[in-house]
Amino acid sequence: MPTAEKTLHEILTLAAAHFKVPREKLSPDDDFFKTLGIDSLQALDLLTKLENHFRIELPDYELQGVSDFRTLASKIQVRL
Amino acid sequence: MSSQQMLNHKGETMSWEFRDGLIELVLHRTPCNEIGSRSLADLELFCRALESPTQRAHALIVYSDLKCGFCAGADLRELYEGSQSMAAEDAAKGVRDFLQRIHRVLNLIDAAPMTTIAAVNGVTFGGGLELALACDLIIADKTARFAFPELRLGLIPGFGGIPRLKRDVGNSVVRDLLLTGRSFNTTKAQQIGLVSQVVAEGEALRAARSTAAQLAKFDHQTAVTAKRFIKPIPHEELTQEIEIFCELFSRPAVQAGLKKFVESKDAQPYLP
Repeated sequence: MPTAEKTLHEILTLAAAHFKVPREKLSPDDDFFKTLGIDSLQALDLLTKLENHFRIELPDYELQGVSDFRTLASKIQVRL
Repeated sequence: MSSQQMLNHKGETMSWEFRDGLIELVLHRTPCNEIGSRSLADLELFCRALESPTQRAHALIVYSDLKCGFCAGADLRELYEGSQSMAAEDAAKGVRDFLQRIHRVLNLIDAAPMTTIAAVNGVTFGGGLELALACDLIIADKTARFAFPELRLGLIPGFGGIPRLKRDVGNSVVRDLLLTGRSFNTTKAQQIGLVSQVVAEGEALRAARSTAAQLAKFDHQTAVTAKRFIKPIPHEELTQEIEIFCELFSRPAVQAGLKKFVESKDAQPYLP
């Protein structure tokens, strides 16, 4: 199982690539809605990308109220 | 409407084209193909074309022209605003009328004498999933996401979703989807038997066309007869669904749920 730090790093890299944002502009505690400039439909798109990348299933209700990369990473980490 | 218009039509919310025995119905209503009265009117027009005795096709492909997805479901804003602009009794009557009309349309697509393929991407929620379920095959790209989030509004799916989902997958899956309202990706959708083919992002239409080309090699009458035999339409449950939906719709909790959704400033209104 990858470490929590590695998971977080992969999420940031994947989000930057998918939404065409420079990786260096993303920080673990950023509000990804604001930093990536995405709406709820695009957040679902990100969730799908992450599920495919990590080969996990993450029910979207687990993401209610989650808006920063670090918390998102912790939700993914427990399913790896 | 002329026969030429029936063959090729560009509507406000969707367009279609009959060519070489293949019909392509493309959804293009922004923001994400929400199904309201305009979409329903276009679907009714499409079904008239589909029923035309001069048309004979071996396959129908339904897909979206929008990157956001196949269809985000019913137009909840129109549903809410419509219900606010009239007396409760009239609103209930309007909802029942809408449901009966959309059921007629989806039943026609379900029983169409050709093989029907939903080529889906992105958001395929609620009424969008119900439209896909009316088709014989679902081909999804890896961006597709499926959900029945209606319970969060105090409702059940109303466009025939439950009977058709029950027809296709196990009851435990139906319970999971309905009772949690959660969405799932194409990998899961294929595992449970909902999706027949998974393709790379942006490739669903190409795969659907390839499948349709294969179907064209088969004897049409045999394909139609086989479809009738293996795909019964659950008419009784579909009628029950309308009754249950209308019963639930009259409750104040539903109006409150719709109001909350329509007026939401939440960053995640689509997350059940």
